[in-house]
Amino acid sequence: MSEKLKLAFYWAASCGGCDVAVLDTDEKLLEIAKIADIYFWPVAMDFKYKDIKALDKDFLDVCFFNGAVRNSEQEEIARLLREKSKLMIAFGSCACFGGIPALANLYDPEEILSWVYSGSFSTVGKNGTRPLTRVSVPEGELTLPEFYTAVYTLKDFVEVDYFLPGCPPPPELILGAVETLVSGVLPPRGSVLAPDKTVCDQCPREKQDKKVAAFRRPHEVIPDPDRCLLEQGIVCCGPGTRAGCGARCVQANMPCRGCFGPTDGVVDHGAKLAAVIATTATSKDENEAAERIGQIVDPAGTFYRFGLAASLLRGKSLKEEN
Amino acid sequence: MPDVRIGVYVCHCGSNIADKVDCAGVAEFAGGLPKVTIARDYQYMCADPGQDLIRKDIKDHKLNRVVVASCSPRMHEPTFRKTLESAGLNAYFFEMANIREHVSWVTEGREQATEKAKALVAAAVARVFYHEPLYERFADMNKRTLVVGGGIAGIEAALKIAASGNQVVIVEKEPSIGGNMAKLDKTFPTLDCSACILTPKMVAAAQDENITLYTYAEVEKVEGYVGNFQVTIRKKARSVDMDKCTGCGICYNKCPAKVPNEFDEGLGMRKAIYVPFPQAVPNKPVIDRQNCTYFQKGKCGVCSKVCPTGAVDYAQEDQLVTEDFGAIIVSTGFETLDPTLGPQWGYGRYDNVITALQFERLVNASGPTQGKVVLKDGTVPKRVAVLHCVGSRDLNFREYCSRFCCMSSLKLAHLAKEKTGGEVYSFYIDMRAFGKGYEEFYNRVMEEGIHFIRGKGTEVIQRAGELFVRTEDTLLGKYREVPVDLVVLNVATVPRADAEKVAQTFGIQRSPDGFFLEAHVKLEPLKTATDGVFIAGGCQGPKDIPDSVSQGAGAAAEALSLIEAGKVKISPVVASVDEARCGGCKACLALCPYGAVDFDDEKKVAVVNEAVCKGCGTCAASCASGAMGVRHFTDEQILAQIGEVLAV
Repeated sequence: MSEKLKLAFYWAASCGGCDVAVLDTDEKLLEIAKIADIYFWPVAMDFKYKDIKALDKDFLDVCFFNGAVRNSEQEEIARLLREKSKLMIAFGSCACFGGIPALANLYDPEEILSWVYSGSFSTVGKNGTRPLTRVSVPEGELTLPEFYTAVYTLKDFVEVDYFLPGCPPPPELILGAVETLVSGVLPPRGSVLAPDKTVCDQCPREKQDKKVAAFRRPHEVIPDPDRCLLEQGIVCCGPGTRAGCGARCVQANMPCRGCFGPTDGVVDHGAKLAAVIATTATSKDENEAAERIGQIVDPAGTFYRFGLAASLLRGKSLKEEN
Repeated sequence: MPDVRIGVYVCHCGSNIADKVDCAGVAEFAGGLPKVTIARDYQYMCADPGQDLIRKDIKDHKLNRVVVASCSPRMHEPTFRKTLESAGLNAYFFEMANIREHVSWVTEGREQATEKAKALVAAAVARVFYHEPLYERFADMNKRTLVVGGGIAGIEAALKIAASGNQVVIVEKEPSIGGNMAKLDKTFPTLDCSACILTPKMVAAAQDENITLYTYAEVEKVEGYVGNFQVTIRKKARSVDMDKCTGCGICYNKCPAKVPNEFDEGLGMRKAIYVPFPQAVPNKPVIDRQNCTYFQKGKCGVCSKVCPTGAVDYAQEDQLVTEDFGAIIVSTGFETLDPTLGPQWGYGRYDNVITALQFERLVNASGPTQGKVVLKDGTVPKRVAVLHCVGSRDLNFREYCSRFCCMSSLKLAHLAKEKTGGEVYSFYIDMRAFGKGYEEFYNRVMEEGIHFIRGKGTEVIQRAGELFVRTEDTLLGKYREVPVDLVVLNVATVPRADAEKVAQTFGIQRSPDGFFLEAHVKLEPLKTATDGVFIAGGCQGPKDIPDSVSQGAGAAAEALSLIEAGKVKISPVVASVDEARCGGCKACLALCPYGAVDFDDEKKVAVVNEAVCKGCGTCAASCASGAMGVRHFTDEQILAQIGEVLAV
């Protein structure tokens, strides 16, 4: 490649972990730096939106966009970066499927604002003040981004070329993705840059017939390190979650939380997880089955922990943005 | 893919649909849907002219997908699939929208019905777009049939199949065939001696060269699928060499160990080496090892010493044999409700409260009292009560009616009158005399001077050594306590205690009452959810003798129609695994009700045996990796369908 790759990184509704994951590539980051120039990376470098606006269309080779889209500013930058980038990559679970922030879709915006600005125990001055998108002050008009009624995935607003899931994506997967992009031999557009198998495929634990007598939370048991966690009653999302993480959580005695999202064969990640977990708790006795299912704490938050914004129902209530 | 060209046909079904649905309007709407080349409405799509219309359009308009909006696919899906095939299209390029059962018959108002029909047609059109061609396959049919359970239903089935020249094996877990019928004294309504009409059939089964009897044997495992079952049978150790034994009976005459006789419902005694009843088939004894002094204490050996042919073999062990069959008839029969479950009935608490089957044994000439009806103290009762519906038609026990107990209770009342000459009281809720000659029999018994009390015998109490039956006499409108000497409880007919195990072994489902579930309550009473496995007799629900015999013969016809066809069709609508995607979590394995999903230990993926799979979709629904799918029910197809239903 004669010219260096032109890259951009952006964070929208996210925790910053995805940016740290880029740094987690350690010294390999320097190799990336040899083959690439970074034009935009708000968390690490001082560029302004106007710098991006000044670029030509498709000037950037690749934009790594992490975070979900929760407000009008994030949508605006997503559209801007899409215009300026040849390839748009949804980087991390939030950009891919909404991620943790999308659990807010279980609540109305009003419920959220009311909790944050008056309900929560740490709120000071509970005088009902709410953020406004516009306010006039003597110096002129001040604006804030509009808070959307729901959290969205990147794909809901712009075309996404590739998806790199994970909370955050592990360094090996990031480097693999960069290598693929540098190689010029690109997978079909819309591909997920991770294997189309499930975590169980990479999980070394021994699996048998899945019959769960009682569900337990991870802190309530000391699991057998060699046996399937789900068979031990720990809700593990491995059977329905895309591989690519190396099954790291399960090897540390923690169940899979589902951050890689579903395989290509699944439409609704949470529904599938609920289905497979429910089948492990089957009983001829309806009450017994109900009791077992009742032991699963926060099913919506467990099965849709990362995928609510990309699910069929998308949240508690589906509302169109104006 | 060539251009998709869909034809839509909206059926009036005479006035069944057209009365509620604007069929022409629906057809016009369908004509505007994407990929729809032609849309028509017609009087009767299932009639020949309707089918011809489809065939002609396929030719003239080069249709490659067809939607018919008419009745339930259970009615005419096979009809229209054949129509497509006859016009050279793959049968699975067809989809049916049910606008009769789901719309015209259940929707108020023409406008709503028409809108609903449009939504269903749009959904069918969206779905059929994604249909793929599927192909049926055939497997060879083994001509041998296994009959499990040698009661009257099983015997009848075996005799019918054997008569056609095909091989049958009867597996019976008791030492003799005969089942429940062998325990009865007389049969209603003709008062034929039960043994007299049953034993010729038992003997015929034993003598038929096409029938092999495995008595004192149980089915352990069933593998394979219709036409090709591999069945493992445990032949329990009889401790008697069947080839050497002549059935002379010296062994059980000399055996010193006595135990209550199950065949006499615990009323009489039998020996540890025994034949269950005099007309047993085979009439060769078996050692009950739990009660045999030799097996329990290591000494005795009397039977071995007295046997003139040296047939007693203490070293015999259970034998496991695996045989191949093409069809299986399960006729494992029924039990009666444990009467101690209702302490109010007095059974086990008072001496002279017995069950109907115990009474049958009492009146039977080969029973424990040689046919005399006597109380515990040996005297003849002067007053006998027969209680109907004990545990039947009772929400506390069994909700269902046990069907034949009204008639058997009438028979018992008649026998009690005949044998004791005393007063006989019959406590009933309603008299259900439904069969041929049954009402006449009821009239006859009424004329015999039996006291019919229209009230359920709810409680049996004892006061000062005398039994009383408590009832609400609904004709008199008051509570009564009727003093009696003997109470006969006609307890509910229930599924056998091992019904669940048997159901799992053979891939049979059970209805909420616990009996085996037929494929269709009206139209497929003998088929089960597993192809090639049929049910007959009391295992499917309470049945009297003629019904059991009919079902046995019917099940034989089912098996023979498979055998004569020589080949079995395997539906292409089955589950399939995308091995590249399967993560090997094994969640699906235990879920399959048919045992069709196995695990490939080398590839670490699930594998579907297509011949066993029924396409129910349980595995696919549970498969969180999306690797498991069911052909003809893909996510793409179903979501397209749902999308349109919700969109209109």
